[in-house]
Amino acid sequence: MHPFSYVAPRTLDEAVEILDRRGERARPFAGATDILVQLRAGRFELDALVDLKAVPETTALSLDGGGLRIGAAVPCCEIYEDAAVRAAFPGLIDAASLIGGIQIQSRASLGGNLCNASPSADGVCPLIVHSAVAKLRGPEGERDASVESFCTGPGANVLRRGELLVEIELPPPPERFGAAYQRFIPRNEMDIAVAGVASAVALDEDGAAIVSARLALAAVGPTPILAERASAFLMGKPPTTETFAEAGKIAASEASPIADMRGTKEHRLQLIETLTRRTLAVALARARTSR
Amino acid sequence: MTQQEAPVRKITVACDVNGYPAEFLAAPHQSLLEALREAMGLTGTKEGCNDGNCGACTVALDGRIVDSCLVLAAEADGKRVDTIEGMAPPNGLHPLQQAFLEEAALQCGICTPGFLVAAKALLEREPEPDEHRIRLWLAGNLCRCTGYDKIVRAVQRASSEMSKPAPAGGA
Repeated sequence: MHPFSYVAPRTLDEAVEILDRRGERARPFAGATDILVQLRAGRFELDALVDLKAVPETTALSLDGGGLRIGAAVPCCEIYEDAAVRAAFPGLIDAASLIGGIQIQSRASLGGNLCNASPSADGVCPLIVHSAVAKLRGPEGERDASVESFCTGPGANVLRRGELLVEIELPPPPERFGAAYQRFIPRNEMDIAVAGVASAVALDEDGAAIVSARLALAAVGPTPILAERASAFLMGKPPTTETFAEAGKIAASEASPIADMRGTKEHRLQLIETLTRRTLAVALARARTSR
Repeated sequence: MTQQEAPVRKITVACDVNGYPAEFLAAPHQSLLEALREAMGLTGTKEGCNDGNCGACTVALDGRIVDSCLVLAAEADGKRVDTIEGMAPPNGLHPLQQAFLEEAALQCGICTPGFLVAAKALLEREPEPDEHRIRLWLAGNLCRCTGYDKIVRAVQRASSEMSKPAPAGGA
């Protein structure tokens, strides 16, 4: 492995300055659960790893007027151990508590999961269905990117030279809202998704119709994808088994999976249909019991 | 810790290891696992896969279990590290270690320190986990010998031992 230096800046400005100066030869990290594996495998070389965990903005987790702000370096365990977050964002907890095992969850962050930009990232689809926004900071200042636009290809994202992800902001969910994430893996734990689906629905006052919906799909395209047609289809529909089955078919039509060692294209399309139905059912149950 | 950007400069790391102060020099790319084994001679922590899959290198970092192969030694500065070497009391065994022996929960033994450190963290948080919880908690630890059942039974046995009230009349 190419030797690299370790830097732990204490401020965002300092972190941005280092990243800007070193360009592609430096990267920020939080839990290191992806980047150390990639460096050892020789996927790329770096001259410096920039540890963000001493930067206060990246390590804060706060419920904010019904919304949620997750610092880019907050590990999964801190998210699911927070009782208030667990109660308010169960769809996010679905993902935070199944990424890797306990050892990985002690370190891995949703911010890192997003920046790593794997198509199979478990943490990204739940963020997409929550309409989450990535708050970025770079040499030019701050800017926002929607989470669904953040990943641009396998391992690629919108970050520019010197720019880093500071936090992820989830807006307050609407009333009668529920979200859920499920994935398929051949084992019970500790594996990479063959396919995954996050669903979110909000119901009208009677619970008789869906007033807003978002579906996002993992491991069936070059990035995690927002299933726009399936999401639009659900609007105004009654939340029934038939509706969910049809949404599953539409979601599968929006997927463009490859065949690889984890699964065939056909298997993945079938999984998208099934997981769409199942996650919609869980999201609906959560919407019915939400405030 | 001094912040050096020159790639080859070593970093002074000061941390607490098993309740004792430790100070060592680490290369910036050195893992905590390497530092424990090579700089400190604590070879109880094992290297299995070196990529975060097997859990043989599990240690507790500030009370949370981590794969020490995926932690940079430099990150341990100012933190508390607990390894298998700190588990047994003087002149005895931790109840988990005793239960692993009695249930024959090990064969080759390479995975055992990681399982013990992970299981100890579980019982400290949740003294009476059910079987499902134990299996889920230990999913990040692989064992190629035992088939896991004996390990799960050992953790259950230690859990009930540790949950017993202390004998009366003790000092």
